[in-house]
Amino acid sequence: MHEHPTAHAQPGPATWVRVLVLLTIATILEVLTYVFESTLGVLTAPILMIFAAVKFVLVVAYYMHLKFDNRILTGIFAWGMLIAISIFAAMAAIYHIYGQPLLTP
Amino acid sequence: MSHATGHTLPAGEHTVTGISHNRLLMWTFLASDCMFFGSLIWVYFAYRGRYFEGPYPREVLDIPYTSVSAAVLLLSSFAIVMALTALERADMRGFRGWLLGTILLGALFLGGQYYEFTTFYHEGLTLTSNLFGTTFFVLTGFHGTHVFIGIVWLLVQWLLSLFGKLTPAHVERFFVTTLYWHFVDIVWIIIFMLVYLMPY
Repeated sequence: MHEHPTAHAQPGPATWVRVLVLLTIATILEVLTYVFESTLGVLTAPILMIFAAVKFVLVVAYYMHLKFDNRILTGIFAWGMLIAISIFAAMAAIYHIYGQPLLTP
Repeated sequence: MSHATGHTLPAGEHTVTGISHNRLLMWTFLASDCMFFGSLIWVYFAYRGRYFEGPYPREVLDIPYTSVSAAVLLLSSFAIVMALTALERADMRGFRGWLLGTILLGALFLGGQYYEFTTFYHEGLTLTSNLFGTTFFVLTGFHGTHVFIGIVWLLVQWLLSLFGKLTPAHVERFFVTTLYWHFVDIVWIIIFMLVYLMPY
């Protein structure tokens, strides 16, 4: 079956390269955060999460085109993410209540 | 410039939402896969730091090596989005080149994972050696399986294009494949951060 796409103004290779550069920078900073873990102390975990979140959003929004696509698709994906995060948060809370918090050595 | 991947409906396909069935189905599958990987990551964290015997994560995990692997997978995401752009521009030579690059980068990542797994095995970390081994191999193994499926899928698309069965008229079909590949990448972004880099 042939498909006839509807033309929409969207970014091209220049944007893909810019996103790749940002992804690379974020990865390098992530690894540096790991290297300087003893200096950063308790800030290490949140910093790592922020860099991972930035990379995640960049890939989903640009490479997966969610930024330019129908909002319904964003809703579907966000719903799956929300359920996954909710289960994680609920279980973490239960572990905390019973005196076994996560991230302990 | 114009792109085909915004709101595309294959000819003859009519939907209430204006979104192609394949694209809607893929996003729904990816949402369910989020829950799947969410569960595996949760199990990893539930037992994290509660290992009664070694080898322990810091003894076996090779961060510089895995950082390169993570970069390889990120690069493959870039390669596949370039392949998509080439297909939209009816540049079949460019499309096949970028797609082959994606396949090779995916295979490199998978080869790296095989090497990592065998190294761990020789260092005494197996699926049954301790809770770290069990949760680590199940989580990263399922991710590796996703990568393997993706490579086979991309290889099929590459062969189809070689025989003229995948043309610029099939942009939407290929776009759905790219969604799966990018998802494999974003899952690794999370695994890399939580399993490898997060302090113990």
